[in-house]
Amino acid sequence: MPAAGTVTSQQQKTTSRRPAGTLYRGREGMWSWVLHRITGVAIFFFLLVHILDTALVRVSPEAYNTVIGTYQTPIMGLGEVALVGAIVFHAFNGIRIILIDFWNAKYSKIMFYVVVGLWVLTMLAFVPRHLINVFSH
Amino acid sequence: MSTATIDQPAAPEAIESFTVTLIIRRFDPEVDDEPRWQDFDVEMFPTDRILDALHKIKWEQDGSLSFRRSCAHGVCGSDAMRINGRNRLACKTLIKDLDVTKPVYVEAIKGLPLEKDLIVDMEPFFESFKEVQPFLMASSKPADGKERIQTVAQRARFDDTTKCILCAACTSSCPVFWTDGQYFGPAAIVNAHRFIFDSRDENAAVRLDILNDKEGVWRCRTTFNCTEACPRGIQVTQAIAEVKQAIMRGKP
Repeated sequence: MPAAGTVTSQQQKTTSRRPAGTLYRGREGMWSWVLHRITGVAIFFFLLVHILDTALVRVSPEAYNTVIGTYQTPIMGLGEVALVGAIVFHAFNGIRIILIDFWNAKYSKIMFYVVVGLWVLTMLAFVPRHLINVFSH
Repeated sequence: MSTATIDQPAAPEAIESFTVTLIIRRFDPEVDDEPRWQDFDVEMFPTDRILDALHKIKWEQDGSLSFRRSCAHGVCGSDAMRINGRNRLACKTLIKDLDVTKPVYVEAIKGLPLEKDLIVDMEPFFESFKEVQPFLMASSKPADGKERIQTVAQRARFDDTTKCILCAACTSSCPVFWTDGQYFGPAAIVNAHRFIFDSRDENAAVRLDILNDKEGVWRCRTTFNCTEACPRGIQVTQAIAEVKQAIMRGKP
């Protein structure tokens, strides 16, 4: 049935074409997953750059020092806040996901707010100390 | 339903009706290249359901509006759709539970090929369902030739997942399923769970093997959209987690 075939190809296009449907209104679980994915990808790119600049020490220690020296700016200092924020969320939420899979899925929402709470506490402890360092040098 | 309101003229006066705006995502494959939003105003009572609003539109305003419904009482699972951005059964969503000061958005469920208006092609969904072999497999004859006895605890083990009505609200709420249509999806795993943990069934190992696949349970990212969407209140994410653990143990 060639006619049916053409209809099918058109239908498949329509699931992804504009105007799109509304954004799915998921709750804590969906947004924690979105954040986990974003922080995960961000950390991956950091690690990539980090391995490259660390590997520079094998090329020449002077080049390594120059590159590391360029990181000592306030902008990089703020970037480090974002990096630590991403890693801390990813770490705590990772523990939450492990507990959901291996322990109990019932407490996922409570655990999400525990993750957010722990993240705020960690950042409260880290950010002031870190920014004093960044802006006093 | 209409005769009931005519028989009791006093009742409609007592209950206040109001105008609800529904914005429906329409698509007619013979005319449209892509879906479009269309709004309708309908007089509704707080106790009416979204399905009643759709009926009113179809019967009184625009007969071309297409949607599936059969029992209209939350049992057949035909009318799953996205209402205000969340997968719900139209027949179980009361007007009074929605914020009617704003328009109500109604669209087809996501991730399955759109056929017309609120109707999607359910075939890929049922294919995954079939693949997990959702039927009792037992080689032995039941004792005294009548029935297979089960303790209350054995029956309770899989009680939650027997409630599934295959409406696809869970599978089409899953972000993994939207981007990867090959994923079995929550509904298929729920129905596998129902037999994996059934003491009378002998083929749990086969189903665990089917789901221990790249597109099986390990695709689950525990977003809990399925659990939130299920009109029968099945703890879907919990069921998937139990299947994951069963695969690692190698037995139910």
